[in-house]
Amino acid sequence: MSEKIKHFPGEELSGRDIREGKIPCIKHRPNVKYLWSAGIAMSRFVEGMKEGKIIGSKCVKCKRIMVPPRAFCEECFRPVDEYAPVKDTGTINTYSVSYVAGDASRIKEPILVAVIDIDGASKGMGILHLLGEISDWKQIKFGMKVKAVWKPSEEREGSITDIKYFKPFEEV
Amino acid sequence: MSTEKIKDARRMVHWPGHMETDYIYTLGIAGEKFFTEMKNSGRIFAAKCKRCGFIYLPPRIYCERCFEKLTEWINVGTKGEVFTYTVAYVDVDSSKLKEPTIYAYIKFDGAHGGLIHKLGEVKHEDVQIGMPVEAVFKPLAERKANINDIKYFKPV
Amino acid sequence: MVGKKRVAVIGAGMTKFRRNLKETGKELSYEASKMALDQAGLELSDIKSVVMGTAPDAFDGVHMKGEYLADGAGAWEKPYSRVFVGGGTGVFAVDAGWWHVASGKFDTCLVVGEEKMSSCYPHPAYAFTTIFDQIYSRPLGVTLIWIFALEMHRYMHVHGITKEEIALVSVKNKRNALDHPCAQLGANITVEDVLNSEVLCWPVQRLDISPTSDGAAALVLASEDVAKKLTDDPVWIDGVGWCIDSTYWTNRDLYYPQYVQCAAQMAYKMAGIKNPPKEIDVAEVYDPFDYKELHHMEGLMLARKGQAAKLTAEGVTQRDGDLPINPSGGLLGVGNPIAAAGTMKCCEIFWQLRGEAGKRQVKGDPRTGLAQAWGDLMQYGSVVVMRS
Repeated sequence: MSEKIKHFPGEELSGRDIREGKIPCIKHRPNVKYLWSAGIAMSRFVEGMKEGKIIGSKCVKCKRIMVPPRAFCEECFRPVDEYAPVKDTGTINTYSVSYVAGDASRIKEPILVAVIDIDGASKGMGILHLLGEISDWKQIKFGMKVKAVWKPSEEREGSITDIKYFKPFEEV
Repeated sequence: MSTEKIKDARRMVHWPGHMETDYIYTLGIAGEKFFTEMKNSGRIFAAKCKRCGFIYLPPRIYCERCFEKLTEWINVGTKGEVFTYTVAYVDVDSSKLKEPTIYAYIKFDGAHGGLIHKLGEVKHEDVQIGMPVEAVFKPLAERKANINDIKYFKPV
Repeated sequence: MVGKKRVAVIGAGMTKFRRNLKETGKELSYEASKMALDQAGLELSDIKSVVMGTAPDAFDGVHMKGEYLADGAGAWEKPYSRVFVGGGTGVFAVDAGWWHVASGKFDTCLVVGEEKMSSCYPHPAYAFTTIFDQIYSRPLGVTLIWIFALEMHRYMHVHGITKEEIALVSVKNKRNALDHPCAQLGANITVEDVLNSEVLCWPVQRLDISPTSDGAAALVLASEDVAKKLTDDPVWIDGVGWCIDSTYWTNRDLYYPQYVQCAAQMAYKMAGIKNPPKEIDVAEVYDPFDYKELHHMEGLMLARKGQAAKLTAEGVTQRDGDLPINPSGGLLGVGNPIAAAGTMKCCEIFWQLRGEAGKRQVKGDPRTGLAQAWGDLMQYGSVVVMRS
């Protein structure tokens, strides 16, 4: 704001007054529902989920194995050559402990979330997922090895949530 | 080929979802005055630009043509005329309406612009462009400072 | 020179930033635009083109809100476009305004940033859940704050930066905002206050975050010949830059904002800047979270990788330091009506370079300033370099 300006527009209201209807307002709830097509690459991925596999896609030109899989390599700008499973283990790239739900309301039992670099994919190819079987979140470490814990096959529905979470695991 | 024709229906995966948000809109400076007047006294106000003479209905706090602040409010009465109209047979979600609804753009004497509203107490075969109409307000106790404080416009 | 015409900023304006304002988005846009025109000494009829920057429609709850806001931005019967690159919008709108005038197509351009987030219930964050991939991320219950927490944590881990060091940014910016008459959250707080505030998503705590806000800000841009007729004090846009990184955000290392570096390099090259920390006198760096100021200082090459926290602890980024960062109070202090916040940063650099910032004026006689914003799904950078 310039010191030459002496008038500052904007009439502040109280949020409580608005919510309690003390100020004339219009309320509206949009009633729209969506049905998103998973598309070419993601359909392969969710099929793989049903089979207990994480599917990646490979570009022979740059030799990257990509997770999440895509139908085209965005760097070489050509179709990918192959879809193939990668491992269901990986390394914690970064993590967080969430006490907030999607609507910004607070939750008591925190959700443990992480970006997990997946083994068998190119370096740095991570996915977002949850962590489980961890009694104290302070035990989580950067670089820790984790493994997918799958739902029983009859409960899988072709969703990212067919993996319940990733749990710490010792490599043998 | 960079596209893949999906022959196996099981490969056509879809994911359902929705966007669960509510909205509460303030009426704004001009809107609050406009709807409060409508609610409390059944009056319809426009705002006049002193500089270029344009009279805005619905009213605003600024002239969109010259950016002058609008401070002069004009009572345009409750009578206008049908500038154009349509007969809707389907609802907002494309479902068939039991009774067709007539929506009209109603111009007011002495104002540029007008209001979009329903027409009532008239058959759609009888509506004509240029027809004089008048606002029918809800009873005072039922008014909520929104556009539906007017039930509809009826032929004069 | 890049472009046919040199482009100047000749006026700026903004509304208060608040959690709830009565004005509609149109009315807020008008107030900011009118103030910017008055400051420039122009009438609406002098404006030849308009760029509106406004972020997701889902905040205001008005679809096609570019169209909805047009009259408030003075766009009636004018060449008009709305630009949208998420949080990067407010600065990118100025980049877009620049090419309108630099191309020689228009002598003037009014650039407006607007957001009215208070319409959205139960919280604007809810509208944000639909920005994530619907198959990959959303079934996990992802929220916006997760991804920032993941990024902050990675940044802290790679460089060994502490929460205490990061909290200093929040302390500085909220204090700076006490001198901004439009600020929402100016306050004297301590590092302890930040560390004791509610844990939302470790390592992000309540006082690490900027608020949600309503507000608008605007700038008037003009070609050199028009600007010189109107003012002895034009501020030149000498560099613009913008860039996007991979949309697969889990496939890149979050510790460094490469997209900001690319955008900055584009702007520095255009402005002939070789040594950013020496040549830039004042910067408005995008700070929706305290760690982002540090992260972005490094991306802007105002600090070496991992060194921004040290500069902050040494007081270099204070208003009276050698490289003042966010003298306005930033998003943490002034508020964060998304697109309006980025445009506010450009306004602040304009006022700083004109020496009009009053109590917020940085020491010395700043000649070169920078404003930056960050957006889309946290991989978009937009930069403006200005000189007086």
